[in-house]
Amino acid sequence: MYLRIFVLCVFIIFLSIANATELTFELEDNARQCFHEDVKKGTKATLEFQVISGGQYDVDVILTGPSGHSLYDERKKQYDSHTFTAEKDGEYVFCFSNEFSTFTHKVVYFDFQAGDEEPKWKSMGGENTALTSLEMSSVTMHESLKVVVDYQTHHRLREATARDRAEYLNERVQYWSIGESVLIVILSIGQVFVLRRFFAEKRSNI
Amino acid sequence: MAVSWLGFVAFLCIIFARSGLSLYFHMGETEKKCFIEEIPDETMVTGKYKTQLYDENINDFLPSSPGIGMHVEVRDPNDKVIMSRYFSAEGRFTFTSHAPGEHSICLHSNSTRWSLFAGGKLRVHLDIQVGEHTNDYTEIAAKDKLTELQLRIRQLLDQVEQIGKEQAYQRYREERFRATSESTNQRVLWWSLGQTLILLLTGFWQMRHLKGFFEAKKLV
Repeated sequence: MYLRIFVLCVFIIFLSIANATELTFELEDNARQCFHEDVKKGTKATLEFQVISGGQYDVDVILTGPSGHSLYDERKKQYDSHTFTAEKDGEYVFCFSNEFSTFTHKVVYFDFQAGDEEPKWKSMGGENTALTSLEMSSVTMHESLKVVVDYQTHHRLREATARDRAEYLNERVQYWSIGESVLIVILSIGQVFVLRRFFAEKRSNI
Repeated sequence: MAVSWLGFVAFLCIIFARSGLSLYFHMGETEKKCFIEEIPDETMVTGKYKTQLYDENINDFLPSSPGIGMHVEVRDPNDKVIMSRYFSAEGRFTFTSHAPGEHSICLHSNSTRWSLFAGGKLRVHLDIQVGEHTNDYTEIAAKDKLTELQLRIRQLLDQVEQIGKEQAYQRYREERFRATSESTNQRVLWWSLGQTLILLLTGFWQMRHLKGFFEAKKLV
């Protein structure tokens, strides 16, 4: 009984230990948004981000460790993924900056995952060997479903970016064609008047 | 002995389960922070947050900050307010989407109460979980008396269901995108026809006008 509770407990702990946060937020022009997370030493952490909409779809990203040294510093990136292992306990800060942009505001998605170690299944489910293979397959399934969810998220983001671009393109094409039509009309009227003046001058010269 | 050991384990369990709030950010005095969750319909979203007030005297954030209220507002893709409520300094909010799309979750504090004595800084721990992540499996296991494997399967089922929902949402979006593309295609076609017409008309008008002009000037 106790063992079962303990096993369940350890299982739940392992469930919650792989700590992932994904957020999508709006980044105003000239703005900077930082997120902090306390990471334990030796933990593997991954930061993934993508700009979903706005301007040239780029953002500055800076990741700094507890002692203030930068671990990752990229300018005007559209999307990227960075994995690092924490060398120290402490506060890791990652900032998204739109300070180079004066009028476009952006939508940024990020996923920060700290500690993705595999749950120690073999040491946990010890006594009942009949269940182990079933357990293992359920773990495998869980892992692959996680991958599926991950791909789905990427697909969704890609679609969102594509849609945004398409809409932007549509808008530009629309304005351009209106401009073009206006240009045609102005030009044709202009042509006629230039021609008229041309002949009128010639006649007065004679 | 066994009981105290169990108690310790349970304690550890609670500690670990509660430590979900790990990511945090800083917020200015009257600032409003919005986050976007693009989710399928009938999906549950849970947000947990905790606020810490900056204290100039000790130059650090206070462990808890009573008196601070947090206003949480959730809007659905049609900009309709789903939820608008005041919570205390630490809280948990839950909502279920009824329309697929971008839901915005905005947080802002009732600033007047603390801006006077604080440096206008507030640390907000936030954790937003979507879909099957919102389920508290500890609770489910305790309630339904599930074994470890049953719990695992339960989780897999929930996960698959969420994937199904996401898939349906993707289909919906694909459909919408295609409708947009088709309408754009249609409009481009009509526009180019219209533009050709404009070109022909202006050309015709030019010719007629010039012809009339030359005849009037007796050039032809």
